[in-house]
Amino acid sequence: MRVALFITCLADAMFPDAGKATVRLLERLGQSVEFPQAQTCCGQMHINTGYQQEAFALVERFVDVFEPYQAIVAPSGSCVGSVRHQHEMLARRFGTAELVDRVERVASRTYELSELLVDVLGVEDVGAYFPHRVTYHPTCHSLRMLRVGDKPLRLLRHVKGLELVELVEADQCCGFGGTFAIKNADTSTAMLADKMRHVLDTQAEFCTAGDSSCLMHIGGGLSRLRSGTKTVHLAQILAATQEEPMGGRTTSLSGTSTARPPSVGSARGVQ
Amino acid sequence: MSEPVLLGIPTLPPPAPRGVGNLRGEESFPRAARRALADSQLRRNLSTATRTIRAKRAAVVAEVPQWEELREAGRQLKAHTMAHLADYLVQLEEQVTARGGIVHWARDATEANRIVTELVQATGADEVVKVKSMATQEIGLNEALENAGVAAHETDLAELIVQLGHDKPSHILVPAIHRNRAEIREIFLREMADVDPDLTDEPAALASAARQHLRRKFLSAKVAISGANFAVAETGTLAVVESEGNGRMCLTLPDTLITVMGIEKLVPRWQDLGVFLQLLPRSSTGERMNPYTSMWTGVTPGDGPQEFHLVLLDNGRTAVLADDHGRDALHCIRCSACLNVCPVYERTGGHAYGSVYPGPIGAVLSPQLTGVEDNASLPYASSLCGACYDACPVKIDIPSMLVHLRALHVEAHRAEHRTPTPEAAAMAAAAWVMDNDRRWARSIRAARLGRAFGRRRGAIGPLPLPVLKEWTSARDVPQPPQQTFRDWWQRAKADNSE
Repeated sequence: MRVALFITCLADAMFPDAGKATVRLLERLGQSVEFPQAQTCCGQMHINTGYQQEAFALVERFVDVFEPYQAIVAPSGSCVGSVRHQHEMLARRFGTAELVDRVERVASRTYELSELLVDVLGVEDVGAYFPHRVTYHPTCHSLRMLRVGDKPLRLLRHVKGLELVELVEADQCCGFGGTFAIKNADTSTAMLADKMRHVLDTQAEFCTAGDSSCLMHIGGGLSRLRSGTKTVHLAQILAATQEEPMGGRTTSLSGTSTARPPSVGSARGVQ
Repeated sequence: MSEPVLLGIPTLPPPAPRGVGNLRGEESFPRAARRALADSQLRRNLSTATRTIRAKRAAVVAEVPQWEELREAGRQLKAHTMAHLADYLVQLEEQVTARGGIVHWARDATEANRIVTELVQATGADEVVKVKSMATQEIGLNEALENAGVAAHETDLAELIVQLGHDKPSHILVPAIHRNRAEIREIFLREMADVDPDLTDEPAALASAARQHLRRKFLSAKVAISGANFAVAETGTLAVVESEGNGRMCLTLPDTLITVMGIEKLVPRWQDLGVFLQLLPRSSTGERMNPYTSMWTGVTPGDGPQEFHLVLLDNGRTAVLADDHGRDALHCIRCSACLNVCPVYERTGGHAYGSVYPGPIGAVLSPQLTGVEDNASLPYASSLCGACYDACPVKIDIPSMLVHLRALHVEAHRAEHRTPTPEAAAMAAAAWVMDNDRRWARSIRAARLGRAFGRRRGAIGPLPLPVLKEWTSARDVPQPPQQTFRDWWQRAKADNSE
């Protein structure tokens, strides 16, 4: 299957390790992953702040870039949520009927990582090894826009060595919400404080999720508290094995390390 | 729908007028929220109350196997009604009139207040008893009556607490949710003329004090004013659902009953109530069935009020109906389930929204009724977490509507001002960078290199993310990585092809 990685703008610029881990994981599972270089951003930040006209060009770009692929995967429930639930609205508003059709077709092939693994590839045990105490925060858009349900938990339960601790009030928003965290910083912080309290109550070493954005928020707060709990993307846990433990950085670690490059023999489709 | 034409010029229906009613706050949401967040007593009261109602609702919803089908039925009934609203309203007027009621049409809050005030004055009464009603709170009826020398007594326990406390409602269903029982005791001791000075803060004692206070009003009042939860077009029947029985007293004892109803409260058929009377109590109070459901049809000689007036209120609703992407907000049955599950509402309470309609549905409905520029901060008062959509008994997609209203706000500002806001400039710049992958790659590479020279002000590359002070007040900023993903990929590809 021709799987294209949609890295998302945030992971490209700030959290490349989530992307590297996604590549490493999918290649370990026998998939050939391609990274179309013309991709940039799904436009969600613009759409959710009210800038639909600006976002429309990004929607067109997304369709042009990803149309040739059988499956598109992103390490983000939120960005996939935007592709599946918002792109069509913009195409209807600013585009042609033909574009609406194309947007719908591409959107129907765009998956969040746990969806691709469980629904498309049919795997729950990805052969990962991660000997740590971990709690999982289901991000709002993966939970309520994509309805990933317990797929991430099923994947985590198969990870060897991993001790999964339940997060109290897990379905409550962490308070990120994109520009919400800036426009309504006080309310956002109050929500974050409660989320951090529940995370710290688990005494987990790592809090994981399927969105780098929410993890940046929670991790930024945990780091400010000088707490020992770190945030790490779900892909990084699933990519870790006994032979190759988790590379890269977690949001509350100051240093970074680079993960091993993938066997990019599969990158023929790169433009 | 066809647009109304005035002298050949198509005009949009008007919003709710300024200067009357309670749909506009005096300050922006973030500013009001900051004050609410600093009130730890308020935070505790709200957290306890919303958690309790949330748990009750979840339990009674879970025991209905066809809940999703019920929600869908509710949604479809409302969508159908809105698509044929004009016809059903005329049918309602015919049915109410045929059964001895008198129907009045009020374009806006000013007209509705004038109609009700004149109706009360015509009876010679100088006081009225009121059933809890959002519509009359929306138009500021109590203030209008007071200006005309008529005392309006709220009889719903929570509304009474709000009224005696010279306060404003902060929740659609539980308007005094921001008060705890110690505060309520204080209000009663201060404001009730002949209350027992040994009153405790036991709920039963507080309710008993309110009952004695209200009983005298019920027995003396000649006029009652109510809202309506539903009106049935085919029969002309009005319905009020409540928990305390005070509504039943108001609807049956006085000689004259005046009901103020938003034009969207209509259902076509009697049998449609079967759907909504299941959805509403479970969603609002978390009960299988509400204790009192009162229905009346026109006037029945010798039984109940002998004069019945129905005031149909527009006040911006037609403007909402004209908005393709926004009209679903008129499906709202005022259950307040969205408030109780909202992480923003739970922390700020209702007053921060400035309007009588707080919480997620208020963040949609208030700007819709007033025009988005009069409540421009409300569509942003949400993290778009989607809990409201899941809880809504008629499946209003509140997050999508908030996103729609944000676009209306940005585009209204753009149409009116030559100078873009700093945010608009940043968004335009980001879109320009992101619309070209080479520019994008250069931009994020520059942000990465920038770490050697310390933080750039205001943004990391084109992302208006973290380095703002609003972020750093409580969160650390992630350092840009040594290598962007796409640079790593290029490098890896080159290494592999060697």
